[in-house]
Amino acid sequence: MNPEPEPEPRLNLCVIPVSAAVLLRLHQRFQFLDKDSRGHLRSEDLEAELSENPIGDRIVGAFFQPGQETVDFPSFVRVLAHFRPTEKNRTRDGVQPEPANSRNRKLKFAFQLYDQDRDGKISRTELLQVLREMLGLQVTEEQLQSIAERAIQEADLDRDDAICFDKFRKSLEKVDIDHKMSVRFLE
Amino acid sequence: MRTNSGVICMIFVLFLCCTTGKCKLEETKPTNSVSLDTVKPHPNDIGEPQPYPEEEQGKLPVFTMNYSRIQIPFEFTLWVLLASFSKIGFHIYQKITIWIPESCLLIGIGLIVGGIMYSVKEEPPAVLSSDVFFLYMLLPIVLDNGYFMPTRPFFENVGTVLWYAVVGALWNSIGIGLSLFAICQFEVFDLQDINLQENLLFASIISAVDPVAVLNVFEDVGVNEQIYIVIFGEGLFSDAVTVVLYSMFAFLANMPAIDSIDVFLGVARFFVVGIGGVLFGLLFGFMAAFTSRFTSRVQEIEPLFVFMFSYLAYLVAELFAISSVMAIIICAITMKYYVEENVSQRSCTTIRHVVKMLATISETLIFFFLGVVTITTVHEWNWAYILFTLLFAFLWRGLGILVLTQIINPFRTIQFNLKDQFGLAYGGLRGAICFALVFTLGDTINRRNLFVTASVSFAKVFYIKIRRTNKDLNTINVEIHTRTMEHLLCGIDDLCGQWGHYTGKTSRDSFKMFNDRFLRRILLRDRKAESSIVSMYKKLELQNAIELLDTTMGDISAAPSLLSLQDEKKEASRPKKKFKATDIRKMHDILSKNMYRIRQRTTAFTSKYSLPDDSQTREILIRRHASIRRSLRAENFREQPAQNISKSLRYYSLQPGGNLDSALPLRRRSHAIPEVDRLRSSGVSPRSSSRSLIPMSKLNTIEEKRSPVEASVASTHPLEPSSTEDHLDEVFTGSRVRGRRAPVPAARRRGQNRVDEDEDENISESQGEERHLPPRGWAPENRDLGANEAGNSLLRPSSLRSQRSWRT
Repeated sequence: MNPEPEPEPRLNLCVIPVSAAVLLRLHQRFQFLDKDSRGHLRSEDLEAELSENPIGDRIVGAFFQPGQETVDFPSFVRVLAHFRPTEKNRTRDGVQPEPANSRNRKLKFAFQLYDQDRDGKISRTELLQVLREMLGLQVTEEQLQSIAERAIQEADLDRDDAICFDKFRKSLEKVDIDHKMSVRFLE
Repeated sequence: MRTNSGVICMIFVLFLCCTTGKCKLEETKPTNSVSLDTVKPHPNDIGEPQPYPEEEQGKLPVFTMNYSRIQIPFEFTLWVLLASFSKIGFHIYQKITIWIPESCLLIGIGLIVGGIMYSVKEEPPAVLSSDVFFLYMLLPIVLDNGYFMPTRPFFENVGTVLWYAVVGALWNSIGIGLSLFAICQFEVFDLQDINLQENLLFASIISAVDPVAVLNVFEDVGVNEQIYIVIFGEGLFSDAVTVVLYSMFAFLANMPAIDSIDVFLGVARFFVVGIGGVLFGLLFGFMAAFTSRFTSRVQEIEPLFVFMFSYLAYLVAELFAISSVMAIIICAITMKYYVEENVSQRSCTTIRHVVKMLATISETLIFFFLGVVTITTVHEWNWAYILFTLLFAFLWRGLGILVLTQIINPFRTIQFNLKDQFGLAYGGLRGAICFALVFTLGDTINRRNLFVTASVSFAKVFYIKIRRTNKDLNTINVEIHTRTMEHLLCGIDDLCGQWGHYTGKTSRDSFKMFNDRFLRRILLRDRKAESSIVSMYKKLELQNAIELLDTTMGDISAAPSLLSLQDEKKEASRPKKKFKATDIRKMHDILSKNMYRIRQRTTAFTSKYSLPDDSQTREILIRRHASIRRSLRAENFREQPAQNISKSLRYYSLQPGGNLDSALPLRRRSHAIPEVDRLRSSGVSPRSSSRSLIPMSKLNTIEEKRSPVEASVASTHPLEPSSTEDHLDEVFTGSRVRGRRAPVPAARRRGQNRVDEDEDENISESQGEERHLPPRGWAPENRDLGANEAGNSLLRPSSLRSQRSWRT
């Protein structure tokens, strides 16, 4: 089954998170990644790109809904839409749903990278895992523990030994999220 | 003691230099005097006529001295040595460098030596004369800058850079020149004979940005990438601007009147200079790249081409009086991209090392002689002029930056705040080049010495170390999270494919396509994929084998246990530790040093004296394997309700407090190869970290070997499956002692069993069966679906099995 060259019509009903040109390019990219022309991507296809990345498997995991094994094109676009650069001077329309690339949504995406079990908190284990993935191999286990401990101490106000999303967001308030989590290609 | 020895060394060399200086004095006496004492006339048996017939005839000279013959190279070497010793001395005594930048210290030492020479009535070697400076001293520095320049940020910011360089230079020079001229009008200062053109000339020199000084000043300051790139680029382009302005004003200074046509010609000249520089750079860069395509048999001279072609570019540009700095930079950028793919690893390292070395030497010498010449030249010290020069320079530069930034900030996605602007302003101030340029002012200009003095003082003032901008000690959280996000972004970039790195402008895409289709085919060596991969593999293997033999054998922790949940629960119940400030700082250090550098986004800007660090790419290669394995396991365990197991199993098995260092070489060995294969066959050299990887597809699965690790390491080492290449065996004999399984190199298109291992594994019986499963691996664009499916299904129960066996 060959995927259609045009995006499926049902996508037009929702708010398209990216422009038409970008959509086309993403579709080409989707087709490229989908080597067997199945119409959806499996995790292996995505992992091929992210092999070098220390948290590559988490990123891949973010594309898949829990329980699903495949990603179809609309979901692909929806996830990538998080990385559009935020537009400034956007009229805040209360009726419209929050755009995918708002700062909040970007932070939520990043938060979910840590929070694999989707319980809304980054537990110490989860933090340790991510730290281990990202840190080089020269760091001892004790040091890792201390770092994770410190991180949680800094952010954890309700003493449940985990970082909730609000705290996560607050600790990053000075950081230019838009710069750090935007791909200009998706503009 | 070390400081003492350093100081002694320096004094000794100082002494040497002075004595050689003194020797020059005696040079006026003919060598007669020396020869009278020691050099005997030719021995009789040669039968030549005696030069000094009244001398006694021939005893064989036992000890002769001929200083004049070696004088020039000898003195040169001594000067270089002296400067280098001072450098060593500074680093031995670390505290000094905190307060004063190295360049200032070098100037200081130069001052001392200059003082000594002055008292001896000696002339220092004319290092800072125009020719020597521009032809020899400046070149390595510029080459270094160009070669190690991060190209992607540079091209992304080209607009900004041009804006600041061109407009800024114009603004500055005209502003400073005019205000100085205004000052000169006051009779009080007795400067009336400096006319407008001369002022403008001087101002144009002062106002341009000097890449040498900039990078020096910012070496120790935590400056962010954007500022670095803008200043760096500004330095380059302003060379073009300066050349034009300088020649224009110099020309005008000799002309009685100025026509408007001259202004127009000046603008035209600017374009000629700039574009010509770029063109020449490209030309020579391509020539170098093309040449390197054929040098596979003569690898020893490969680095030579890089240097020779860049030098040619420089000289030809000087010939036509176009911007040679730009020519070299463009040449270096072009060359680097293609040459690094063509030449061998060793040549690549050599090139980088030599470039760095030459640049460091050159820079050291420049600063050193800046100090020396200060003392020894004739100075005309006019307080007013100099002070006003400093004042105006700073003033106009600051104003210029403010105004320019205001105008251009709306066009940039990353805007400059005030702190950035201050950095821009400060960084753009003058240095050694200005001094040399002033030196070259013809003597027709009366106040040449005044200018010299002014520029010298100018340079000095602004070398005072900028107060180290306090890196806001981010909280640990921020550091971790920002790094996560950077990795994430990198990953998303990869997912978006090659275009993800570009802004989507079609010009960029078309360049990439043009590059891939034509340039790479012409300029790159025909990739004999097998041999290059195999050779790379061999190299890595040898390296790792050596490492293996070096590390002691007993380091593998005996009973690696995972951080089971029980441990974590225990820790959680511990009372909250109090973290001392030192601990926190250490944590920051650990984080910053050990987190993976994101490729393409950040490079080590912290020290320009060290080579960029490529070891991270290696580590990332290792990490890839780990993440693959983890994802495999994650897949397996997605169905499992007991998430706890999956999480704990994802850890590398290490005791708490276990030493990860020992694990590293082993892992490197086993994991490095598949990455290298993949990278090489995709045409990307693993050395160059600034490349987006062409997407690859998997070929074979990577087999998981998780089995309980026993204390005994030296278990029997089952042999590899059939397709082992011979050279592997001898390499792995070392490994056999440690009980490791050797990974098999993936010859690309063969569906080989790729064996993987972990540092805590031991070979168990169960693996015998597992080995024959069709594994998953990597290969370029060659998907083997059948193997994948089968591999998946077969793999799951096996790893489940192994894991279960481990758990019990």
